[in-house]
Amino acid sequence: MTEPIKTDILIIGAGPIGLFAVFELGLLDMKTHLIDILDKPGGQCAELYPDKPIYDIPGVPKCTGASLVDSLMAQIKPFGPVFHLTEMVQSIERIGEPAFRITTDAGKIFETKVVVIAAGGGSFQPKRPPIPGIEAYEDKSVHYAVRKMDVFKGKRILIVGGGDSALDWTLNLAPLASHLTLVHRRQEFRAAPDSVNKMLALAKDGKIDFVLGQVSAVEGEGGQLKTAIVKRNDGSSVAIACEAMLPFFGLTMKLGPVANWGLKLDNDLIVVDTEKFETSAPGIFAIGDINTYPGKLKLILCGFHEAALMAQKAHRYVFPDKKLTFQYTTSSTSLQKKLGVT
Amino acid sequence: MPKITYIDSAGTARSVNAEVGSTVMENAIKNGIPGIEAECGGACACATCHVYVDEAWREKTGEPSPMEEDMLDFGYDVRANSRLSCQIKVTEDLDGLVVRTPERQA
Repeated sequence: MTEPIKTDILIIGAGPIGLFAVFELGLLDMKTHLIDILDKPGGQCAELYPDKPIYDIPGVPKCTGASLVDSLMAQIKPFGPVFHLTEMVQSIERIGEPAFRITTDAGKIFETKVVVIAAGGGSFQPKRPPIPGIEAYEDKSVHYAVRKMDVFKGKRILIVGGGDSALDWTLNLAPLASHLTLVHRRQEFRAAPDSVNKMLALAKDGKIDFVLGQVSAVEGEGGQLKTAIVKRNDGSSVAIACEAMLPFFGLTMKLGPVANWGLKLDNDLIVVDTEKFETSAPGIFAIGDINTYPGKLKLILCGFHEAALMAQKAHRYVFPDKKLTFQYTTSSTSLQKKLGVT
Repeated sequence: MPKITYIDSAGTARSVNAEVGSTVMENAIKNGIPGIEAECGGACACATCHVYVDEAWREKTGEPSPMEEDMLDFGYDVRANSRLSCQIKVTEDLDGLVVRTPERQA
């Protein structure tokens, strides 16, 4: 059996609120591990709008999603948070008052005193293209990510999309595949121009096929894809023989396993109190966009506030015998020592 | 105030009065119009406020910007008259605008 990772606090979600929670908890000497389904910290700020301006962070007239995440990462560095990326929490089991055993989809096991759910809009999952019956092929011959390239060796592959994932995998899998077709709905691409040029060169040399259009139907048997019907932009259709299809239509947010953890929910949001931001399960907190309470606003600044108050109560769970004295970072030498600024 | 009509995939029409300068997405959210999610809150960063502009109105609403086209790649069942409703600003000219919402957003 896997040795459990022991921690004071397990934070589910490494978006801006999960990151700032590391800071507030760290000031109170609590050690944190974070789990996120994305391959990088930052949540929506990193995935949805890294380059878009944000104007409502107190004291910061203007920043971007990416620069906010960078600043938060710098701010929490002294506390040495441990990140577990591209993982999703599958189950939470209560093993004490409070203490929890958490299992991820990668098979990791954590034992933590307190759980902080900072999962925003839920977990990011690949978007399913509008192709009737595609579900039957998923994980068998339709894949939304490439885990092992070998799986595609010698296969007839169809890649759908026009972003970096679609283009990168077109370039990487073209030498391996027996035949590769890229389908995109328009001549322009979001992907890096260099990748686009390389792809067009491969198409020109006849090494791959590039078809302008959208996949409208798939045919096959027992989950094994045989043919994809592509509707070209001029209205005509073409049948493409393929054994594997890789659609890259970005990510969408789904509540995911949070719904199964037995917490009191209201409209897919976790109900918390406004004193400690604790859920209906003592020892499990929910902060940021995932929670709800009277007057809730889905603002980053509100999530920051929630993180600070949550940390006060979490401290009582993690160190039941320690008295907590309120201190300011501006004047407290002990806090400044923790921040490494003295 | 200009009137906007949203028709869902089942054919139910809902009309709202929209302030000039607001977006077609904002008016949908404000009035609880089903079929528009706007996950990102109007930053042209998610394609979950995707609508089909009625053919009669396509000229007036105009074509999507390159950034919007990029985002539309992520939309569900994108067609020639697809737009992101967060990128359509309400003007007096758009009084009577009709948009249809797709079967689903993501």
